[in-house]
Amino acid sequence: MASAAAATATASGEPPSLPTLLLIRRVDASFAAALRERFSVLDFFASGEPLPAFLAAAGVAPDPPRAAIVMGGGPVRVDAAFLDAVPSLRCIVSTAAGVDHIDLHECARRGVAVANSGRVYSADVADHAVGLLIDVLRRVSAAERFVRRGLWPVQGDYPLGSKLGGKRVGIIGLGNIGSLIAKRLEAFGCVISYNSRKSKDSVSYRYIPNVYDLASESDVLVVACALNKETRHIVNKDVLEALGKDGVIINIGRGANIDEVELIRALKEGRIAGAGLDVFENESEVPTELFSMDNVVMTPHVAVCTSESRSDLRDHTIGNLEAFFSGKPLLTPVLL
Amino acid sequence: MPPPAPADDAGDRPLVLLSQTPLPHFAAALEGRYRLVLAADADAATAAEARVLLVAGLNKVPAELLDRLPALELVTAVPVGVDHVDLAACRRRGIAVTNAGPAFAADSADYAVGLVVAVLRRVAAADAYVRRGRWATDGDYPLTTKVSGKRVGIVGLGRIGSMVARRLAAFGCAVSYNSRSPKPSAPYKFFPSVLDLAADSDVVVLSCALTEETRRIVNREVMEALGKDGVLVNVGRGGLVDEPELVRCLREGVIGGAGLDVYENEPDVPPELFAMDNVVLSDHRAVFTPESFRGVLDLVAGNIDAFFAGRPLISPVTL
Repeated sequence: MASAAAATATASGEPPSLPTLLLIRRVDASFAAALRERFSVLDFFASGEPLPAFLAAAGVAPDPPRAAIVMGGGPVRVDAAFLDAVPSLRCIVSTAAGVDHIDLHECARRGVAVANSGRVYSADVADHAVGLLIDVLRRVSAAERFVRRGLWPVQGDYPLGSKLGGKRVGIIGLGNIGSLIAKRLEAFGCVISYNSRKSKDSVSYRYIPNVYDLASESDVLVVACALNKETRHIVNKDVLEALGKDGVIINIGRGANIDEVELIRALKEGRIAGAGLDVFENESEVPTELFSMDNVVMTPHVAVCTSESRSDLRDHTIGNLEAFFSGKPLLTPVLL
Repeated sequence: MPPPAPADDAGDRPLVLLSQTPLPHFAAALEGRYRLVLAADADAATAAEARVLLVAGLNKVPAELLDRLPALELVTAVPVGVDHVDLAACRRRGIAVTNAGPAFAADSADYAVGLVVAVLRRVAAADAYVRRGRWATDGDYPLTTKVSGKRVGIVGLGRIGSMVARRLAAFGCAVSYNSRSPKPSAPYKFFPSVLDLAADSDVVVLSCALTEETRRIVNREVMEALGKDGVLVNVGRGGLVDEPELVRCLREGVIGGAGLDVYENEPDVPPELFAMDNVVLSDHRAVFTPESFRGVLDLVAGNIDAFFAGRPLISPVTL
């Protein structure tokens, strides 16, 4: 823990200076304290400056930062301009599993290493995805609203939902999260198929090479893939059409994995049966047409938001940074 | 596939009395195979002849009703719970009782797990937050708590309880249980008392029958043992929980939250719960999906046919 600091101890015995770290994420008190024990932190959100000015100042600081923590899913992109402004950077650590906010090619070109949050969030996201699926199929939230409004004694029972057992679930993206979702749903008697960049020999689920075919053979489609050029709007009008009027879609990937305009149209016109959405194309803007739909469950990008994951994330991020600063391999490097 | 209908000579379908009017598609499906008569409408001759009573819902079936049927040998119930039937009277008269438990078990278990996730991860509350436009105005929803790894204590490891266990184990939860007696084949830790189970659990799921022994089995002491971060999920019967005490414990933060599908006096839900974000409410729906009706029908008909053919009953209830 003190190794990074020890490595920079000066010959005259002055206290070692802490390595400089760029922090582009809001962090809670314990995370902030843990960072300050180990690094000299340049905190973007605390500075109140616009990003270009902040980066420029960091770039010309006496001990410019070699590493940066950059939040995922936010407004900041680590692109050529970012890296030009702070040429001292050799390592970017994302606090998300996703790295769609980082230009991986640009980083590779410059020899800048990239790390992400690895499996820190995987269980929480999988749990939430399954929670959304049960909710949409069995109408948990809709019935909850109904009872809470005092309508049960007045209107009788709320309409029933649909059985999970035997449902064909198609998972788009069978990474850490997709696999955990599959494992959970198997216990409910769901039948799992998946689409991925390539098939995975180690799993027993059926691989379907394209998303359109996956959708036509599924009752529920779960989006659990990363967002990149290939997967932007991977669920488009045709895929929704193939999913069909009894089909349900669950999205815990990125809003832009689904063509949101088409999704809303399909829901309005009854061309799919329902949706469970944790992510949206333009958060925190949620299309208001969804607010009146009882067959939709919406959560405000909370799939990763448990207190347990926050502390796991803190430890994991620091683990990656310490590995970098002591010249060891990153815990969870992201390779092209 | 349902067993073939009994031999039909000149429309001599077996007589089955009904405790109440069944749901329309039930009635339609059963009418072809049996002569259905509402017990309340039965004339003296029919009442004297009836050997089977179909309990088609949750209306009470008291001893007085059973006593009007001197030839009764089988009470076949559609609901899973049969606490509304006078089981003591059945026991006294040697009347067999069946329920449709196996056909409902998976749906109940699925919903129970849905409630566990909904309470711990505040799914319904977060949905309401978004629907009211608060994400845009009030920012992020507060952190919730992880489901994976929670210690789950299941009260009643019957069909529903063991399916709940299997599902939550797939979430990475540590499952233990309390039952009338330990089940050697169950890979989970057994606790002889609900109190000890609660003390060792983060989540308690109730999936047992309501009997004299289990009435208000969840009382203040049990809730205090469960603790301020503990969550109670009930898909059994409202009567398993001391409901006024539950409301008090939620109000005072003695327990952390609850997911409730059943209540002491349905459809009345204690209105105090309507203001609580850490509670998920449902209208006794856990047990039902339209897809399961077919299975329920087959099971009810299967039990009746087995009875008339002198074969062992499929899903008898131990009295």
